[in-house]
Amino acid sequence: MFDSLSEKLGGILDRLTRRGALSEADVDAALREVRRALLEADVALDVVRLFTEKLRAEAVGATVVKSVTPGQMVVKIVHDQLVATLGSDVQPIDLNAPAPVPIMLVGLQGSGKTTTAAKIAKRLTDLGKRKVLMASLDVRRPAAMEQLAVLGRDIGVDTLQVVAGQAPPQIARRTIEAGRLGGYDVVMLDTAGRITLDEAMMTEAAEVKRASNPHEVLLVADALTGQDAVNLARAFDERVGLTGIVLTRVDGDGRGGAALSMRAVTGKPIKLIGTGEKIDALEEFDPARIAGRILGMGDIVSLVEKAAATIDAEKAMRTAERMRKGAFDLTDMREQLAQMQTMGGMAGLMGMLPGIAKLKNQMAGANLDDKVLKRQMAIIDSMTPKERRNPDLLKHSRKKRIAAGSGTRAEDINKLLKMHRTMGDVMKAMGGGSKRGPMAGLANMLGLGGGMPSPEQMQELAKKLPGGLPGMPAGDGGGLPPGMPGLPPKLPGLGGGLPGLGGPKLPPGFPGGLPGLGKKK
Amino acid sequence: MNDSTAQSARSWWQRLTGGLKRTSASLGSAISDLVSKRKLDRAMLDEIEEVLIRADLGVDVAGRIAAAVGEGRYDTAISAEEVKAVLASEVEKTLTSVAKPLDIGGARPFVILVVGVNGSGKTTTIGKLAEKFRREGRTVMLAAGDTFRAAAIDQLKIWGERTRAPVLAREPGSDAASLAFDALTAAKAQGIDVLLVDTAGRLQNKAALMGELDKIVRVMKKVDAGAPHAVLLVLDATVGQNALAQVEAFQKTAGVTGLAMTKLDGTARGGILVAVAAKFGLPVHMIGVGEGVDDLEPFVAREFARAIAGLDG
Repeated sequence: MFDSLSEKLGGILDRLTRRGALSEADVDAALREVRRALLEADVALDVVRLFTEKLRAEAVGATVVKSVTPGQMVVKIVHDQLVATLGSDVQPIDLNAPAPVPIMLVGLQGSGKTTTAAKIAKRLTDLGKRKVLMASLDVRRPAAMEQLAVLGRDIGVDTLQVVAGQAPPQIARRTIEAGRLGGYDVVMLDTAGRITLDEAMMTEAAEVKRASNPHEVLLVADALTGQDAVNLARAFDERVGLTGIVLTRVDGDGRGGAALSMRAVTGKPIKLIGTGEKIDALEEFDPARIAGRILGMGDIVSLVEKAAATIDAEKAMRTAERMRKGAFDLTDMREQLAQMQTMGGMAGLMGMLPGIAKLKNQMAGANLDDKVLKRQMAIIDSMTPKERRNPDLLKHSRKKRIAAGSGTRAEDINKLLKMHRTMGDVMKAMGGGSKRGPMAGLANMLGLGGGMPSPEQMQELAKKLPGGLPGMPAGDGGGLPPGMPGLPPKLPGLGGGLPGLGGPKLPPGFPGGLPGLGKKK
Repeated sequence: MNDSTAQSARSWWQRLTGGLKRTSASLGSAISDLVSKRKLDRAMLDEIEEVLIRADLGVDVAGRIAAAVGEGRYDTAISAEEVKAVLASEVEKTLTSVAKPLDIGGARPFVILVVGVNGSGKTTTIGKLAEKFRREGRTVMLAAGDTFRAAAIDQLKIWGERTRAPVLAREPGSDAASLAFDALTAAKAQGIDVLLVDTAGRLQNKAALMGELDKIVRVMKKVDAGAPHAVLLVLDATVGQNALAQVEAFQKTAGVTGLAMTKLDGTARGGILVAVAAKFGLPVHMIGVGEGVDDLEPFVAREFARAIAGLDG
């Protein structure tokens, strides 16, 4: 549904670097895209404005213009600012007060207060080994109290006995009293929500707060909330006084701009996020992840972490150097295949790229699974060292032997050889032309610094897969970001380490890339 | 005690404008500020666009409407009231074609499947619909198809008591599709006019849950090939641009035939409705403007458009 921001910005800004100067109009065009992306993610307009202004200051400055890929630089700046606004530290629920520690939940109806109450209670019980008592102060909605009682039974957390006819502040006092008498560590107060921000709800919440003097007052808010999120957060913070925010429905496909708006307006930390319907689906808040989502970038952080953790930088450096010299032999290729496998194989890699889940299923259908990787490694393993160094030796009889040894057919070997040749050619060409040293050139062009498959390539790929790719209309890159913002082209290993992910200069259809995909027989 | 009683004296129109008043107020001042000083120019159109974005109309629709307001009026002196009127008529243009009441003629029992994400107000909307149909002299049956959420069944039973409608329910955790099947069979046997089928809330990106919805539809067709005769998607007015993704997904899986927008009062502005109308053209049957049992109104494009623009009835 959304085009990737970095993709768009890349187009706008990459043109600029060639011209050398960044005009006001160019900056405006880029800022419009940023503004649009943020608004489409439901970030509140005022917050968006603040962002674009800061960005303008930086964009006119040298940082963006001088960078190799200005589009990604802009995205990186926006990303960093988002993280800064969202807060970089994890802020857990604070229980540092005399028992029973009252935790009060406020929020609109349908935001998930009751479920969140149970989730927090379960978390505190299981992880914190606390004894928790929950009470529903919702005397208006049909069955609200029963809902909490049922949840309490399911998760093994006590709930306050329901006494008909009591007002919410009375119930709050009774809960704390029961908490004290029963030796509870924490009491959870689930207040009534209203459909709307109204006076009655605010008054009631304020009264409950006075009656219970809660240590934490958490606003439970829906991550899918639109522009109204600012009003919501501001109103609750002004009238009741918040200590933190719990964001629910983060498992939806909304982009969570509301998180940013609420944090920016109240300055209160987002403490927890609800990530599913199951009672243990509650996580601590990771600003970088939400920032990535707001920009439509998927969980790139995990991918990079994984890449850094699994790729042997020195080995990759050596491979890259050999590639540059045009001495890329089958042993090097085998290493790359093995690296792809350690990173979780095709499926694992694909899963971490935004917008590619559907593609993943298609790939399974196209027989492009990890078996291909294994088979190709087996082919190389069945060769003699001499053959690996010089594949030109491979004539019919040798191929027959290798096929028998690896349990494949001669045509599989031909496919592998063709792939190797294409990769070698492309890399030689790139390595020769690089002025910033082989590593920068390779990493930038081939690896994470330079780009994921471009939209054109994705479409090319779509054509090759049977039935095309659902949800990938022409002109829409399927949400694949062309680059990995925030990751300077300095990870040497990644350049040569990801043969499967192609590069911008590769001929269409990933000939050097996705093994086994080159030509369908 | 119960403030909804006190509020019910106010017309839904007042409530709606109350909800939209922040938009109108800021729009009003933005327009007056600019108009008193200069002619209709780029800056003013930008302001108009921003006001519409704040009301969740989305970047595209807001831009289009702002452009339409500027069309032919650029650089001419224009009064604040005129700007509002133009704005209202542009919004109305988008909405008129989709403002259609829910027609329950034809089939008997007329099966309405109610779907939506969690917390959008499905069960409450069912309660309000049941009351409305009962007042029209129809017999209504409710099927508690939300077998997942704790106490959802109780909530529907309470609505059943309030509206004196029989409720078909099972144990929590039982199969929603088979319950829908039984409910439709029972409704048929008892000669019920309208069967309202509740479903568990689900986020539209959960494939397994959406598959379950598909099964409910499939299974009901075994009893009555025409069922469900209407599939109502309940949208929360406070939801932002994600509503577009919701409509798309539910339309694909459950074949949504119309929309109901809830929680359209207070600060919620429901501008996303305009974005949805512009993109999908699905009929908007009704809007929920309060928590009382009667707070469900047919959707009138003109009134909604005027409320967004900040004009009086």
